[in-house]
Amino acid sequence: MLWVNVLQQLVNGLQIGSIYALLALGYTMVYGIVKLINFAHGDVYMVGAFIGFFLAPRLGNSLLLTMAASMLGCALLGALIERAAYKPLRTAPRIAALTTAIGVSLFLENFVRLVIGPNPLPFPKLVPMVTYKLGGVYVSNIHIMVFAVSIALAVSLQYVVMKTRTGKAMRAVSYDKDTARLMGINVDNIISVTFVIGSALAAAGGVLVGLAYIVIQPYMGIVPGLKAFVAAVLGGIGSIPGAVVGGLLMGVSETLVAGFLSSTYRDAVAFAILILVLLVRPEGLLGRSTGEKV
Amino acid sequence: MLSGCSSKPAAKAPLKVGVVAPMTGPVATFGVSYANGAKLAANELNAKGGIKGRQIQLVVEDDKIDPTEGVNAVQKLLNQDKVLAIIGPVGSAVALAVAPICQAAGVPMITGTATTDKLSDSGDFIFRACFKDSFQGLVMAKFASENLKAKKAAVLYDLGNDYSKGLAESFRDAFQAAGGQVVAFETYGKDDVDFLAQLTTIKAAAPDVVFLPDYYNKVGPIAAQARQLGITVPLLGGDGWDSPDLVTLAGQAVEGCFFSNHYSADLENPEATAFLANFKKAFGKDPDALAALAYDSANILFAAMAGAASPDDKAAVRDVMAKTSGFRAVTGVITFDANGDPVKSAVVITIENQLQKFVTSVAP
Amino acid sequence: MTNHGGSALAGRPRLLAGPLRSGVTLALVGILYVATVGLAGGNPYYMLILSLSCINVMCAVSLNLINGCTGLFSIGHAGFLAVGAYVAACLTKYFAVPLIFALPVGGLFAALVGVLVGLPTLRLRGDYLAIATLGFGEIIRVIIVNISTLKVGGVVMDIGGPRGLMAVPHAASFAWAFLGAAVTIKFAVNFINSSHGRACLAIREDEVAAEAMGVNTTFYKVAVFAIGAFFAGCAGGLYAHLYCFVHPDSASFLRAVDYVVMIVIGGLGSTTGAALAAVSLTVLSEALRKVVALRMVTYSLLLVVVMLARPQGLLGARELTLDGMYGAARTAWRYLVRAARWAGAGRASAGRGASSAREANGARGASAEGGDGGGDAGD
Repeated sequence: MLWVNVLQQLVNGLQIGSIYALLALGYTMVYGIVKLINFAHGDVYMVGAFIGFFLAPRLGNSLLLTMAASMLGCALLGALIERAAYKPLRTAPRIAALTTAIGVSLFLENFVRLVIGPNPLPFPKLVPMVTYKLGGVYVSNIHIMVFAVSIALAVSLQYVVMKTRTGKAMRAVSYDKDTARLMGINVDNIISVTFVIGSALAAAGGVLVGLAYIVIQPYMGIVPGLKAFVAAVLGGIGSIPGAVVGGLLMGVSETLVAGFLSSTYRDAVAFAILILVLLVRPEGLLGRSTGEKV
Repeated sequence: MLSGCSSKPAAKAPLKVGVVAPMTGPVATFGVSYANGAKLAANELNAKGGIKGRQIQLVVEDDKIDPTEGVNAVQKLLNQDKVLAIIGPVGSAVALAVAPICQAAGVPMITGTATTDKLSDSGDFIFRACFKDSFQGLVMAKFASENLKAKKAAVLYDLGNDYSKGLAESFRDAFQAAGGQVVAFETYGKDDVDFLAQLTTIKAAAPDVVFLPDYYNKVGPIAAQARQLGITVPLLGGDGWDSPDLVTLAGQAVEGCFFSNHYSADLENPEATAFLANFKKAFGKDPDALAALAYDSANILFAAMAGAASPDDKAAVRDVMAKTSGFRAVTGVITFDANGDPVKSAVVITIENQLQKFVTSVAP
Repeated sequence: MTNHGGSALAGRPRLLAGPLRSGVTLALVGILYVATVGLAGGNPYYMLILSLSCINVMCAVSLNLINGCTGLFSIGHAGFLAVGAYVAACLTKYFAVPLIFALPVGGLFAALVGVLVGLPTLRLRGDYLAIATLGFGEIIRVIIVNISTLKVGGVVMDIGGPRGLMAVPHAASFAWAFLGAAVTIKFAVNFINSSHGRACLAIREDEVAAEAMGVNTTFYKVAVFAIGAFFAGCAGGLYAHLYCFVHPDSASFLRAVDYVVMIVIGGLGSTTGAALAAVSLTVLSEALRKVVALRMVTYSLLLVVVMLARPQGLLGARELTLDGMYGAARTAWRYLVRAARWAGAGRASAGRGASSAREANGARGASAEGGDGGGDAGD
């Protein structure tokens, strides 16, 4: 009996963990390149969910089309935010950039709330839910889909980063921006591409969350955003496999704690993990340790 | 600018009454409904000539179901708008924060929906038109054990919400007193969206019913996720379930479930029938319990203001209100006890074909 | 950020000195108090908002010590406020401790928490530190939400958990809040201008260099967290006794962000900036109450726009000081005199008379102007 319980919780944890992984990918890429915690990332994910909400009926409730449309929309949004709000502050003190990120985040949340209204909205049921009973463990097709899509996107991203020219340029910029510029790489464009990809992944996460958790509301991005950042740190900031591992680990540990210890401390788990990681192994599980240059 | 002076002679000046409700925020349908109910009552009274020839003027403020906002809103109503009484707030936590201010200022406050037991001790200027959480928990516990013949119950509630917590605890106590066993008593946080972990634990405990005492915006997803995990037993709830959005969010997941409420459209009393028709005509949709309760609260207040020697005399109004007895309201017959709480029944409602249907009425 | 000290100190017009100067400052503060109370006209709503402004000033100024002066990006400040609020409220409600003692004790507990936050985060920089402090703030909130009752020394205290602590005695008033704000500002200014303050500035500018120059960075970083937390805790205590309840949400991330917004808009490192921004944003936020839906949207847009247009904040690192105001007044007076003379001479005779008068004035004006300018030393 206990075994079944643990497995069920694992399945649950992998579902939410996949969402965290998708978000963490965006955080890790952006931080790797511009050393900025994009506070607005969680809200881009939220906008992705809402775009899905609005476009799904017009696209015949097709999951594929909705996700594609949402990813496209958020890709544009991400590029816009980067150009308008972050680019001018690249040379400004860190705290100004961070504050702007917070401002953009608040703006997105409240603007969407202004437009949508305060009520939580039900995400369209794009895929009829089918629950499979595997030896006492209930796995729904949505569980599987969320996990599969996240892994697929992560693998594609890894391919892009490792095997394409743009990916190589992204890696170069993350190592040393100025040298990359000297080598003829258009740094501004690469940074925009990074934001575009990250935002598209976040949008995918938003649509999947709408599918899995039914309700979307303007503030849905705050807490998952923070947890996803912690997941990115856990996995090693700048590392794509790290982000996936971190996200899944985060989801699973959070679910196990909520299920077996106490659900009241669920959110605190994320922050406890963060502080632990920062104290014990700041480069994360899969990251590389870089000494501080003076 | 400071209000208070009007160019009309004092005898014809409007009677200002404040309404505090969550017009925006997570439970905005509650606030909008509530304000509409109060407005209907005021409009009807004004159409009949108001109180002693003076019109009622409602001033509505938003509390976002947040205690600090509620305090700011009430301070503004009392000191800027100089209202004679307050109808509201809706949420229990806000009511608890705001009651001492009204009590100290000597302004009568009547809330239609704050069900927390602790409000009874707030003072003699504080009234409510609804039953308390301890009664609601008892109602559902009795319903579960007597009508549904449940022996084991699980409870999943919001730790960050006093209403949810109070209701959960009173259900648990009553259910155990009725001989049942509470096999799981799980919690979640205010901002959680993923309840699968707790629901899995609940499922493993194999309950006959699951009690979800929270507002509709949380119950919807919880119910859906419960079904996703294969939990098929009936779900039970409290008056927080009362919103058309519940079925929008949960769909089939709440079909055949039950919740306690203050009022049902199926109740056959003349006040309810008239109210239903008038509300529909004025606002184009059916009223929910919040609208009905606000309507009743407003009418009780207006009756007290009319009965007092002078409607501007807040202490006199309070005195008349405290003596309210046998008042025929939409949600039942209201008589205040010594604490300003009414003695009235609750109804149990089920969801059938995605619509609310009256099941039974439970008296205290 | 450059330091405006150094050579500007010599030859600056200093308005009085010593006890007379303190007296004048006190008088000005007193006038401000009376004027504010007079303007509010005894309206409890206005007084509440003004008191809230003073409390926010305390939080913003104390946060400025951590973020602006020492360069530690902390966004968990609301947690300290909550700790101070709960402790002070429990002391007055259950142990009948007078407010004057309850407040600092609340502050001390908050300072202790500040030390607990400062110690583990010593090695963290920039963004990581921000997230870590955010995490601590959330942990504090979660802990508070989970405490329903607490038994201390035979007295059972109903902390209330998620409902919050209710029925706190209404022991504070605008006078208390104003005093609190004044004390906090005075302390902050004194601190910044002392050798401790300079050590913190050094840490902000270049931590490794500061350490190499013998500044005990560990001590100062932890100390500044403790001090900032102390004042936030006192502010929390005042808040509890004004609103008569404390809610765990006062430790939330959103509240903490409010204070960060205040100091960034005011200008990091500027105490006056923090104070002015705190007051204006509190009042603005309440004034926008009518336009409820637009309130947060405007607020956040404002934040982004200010950051883009002027990342160093509205006041930058400058301060509003007695000397600065005196200097500005003198410059204004000089311009007035010059303009009057020019107008007079122009009317009397054109050409020769006018140009020689202008030359003489020009020479005198230049030497006087050299000593003016917004300095940033305190009293």
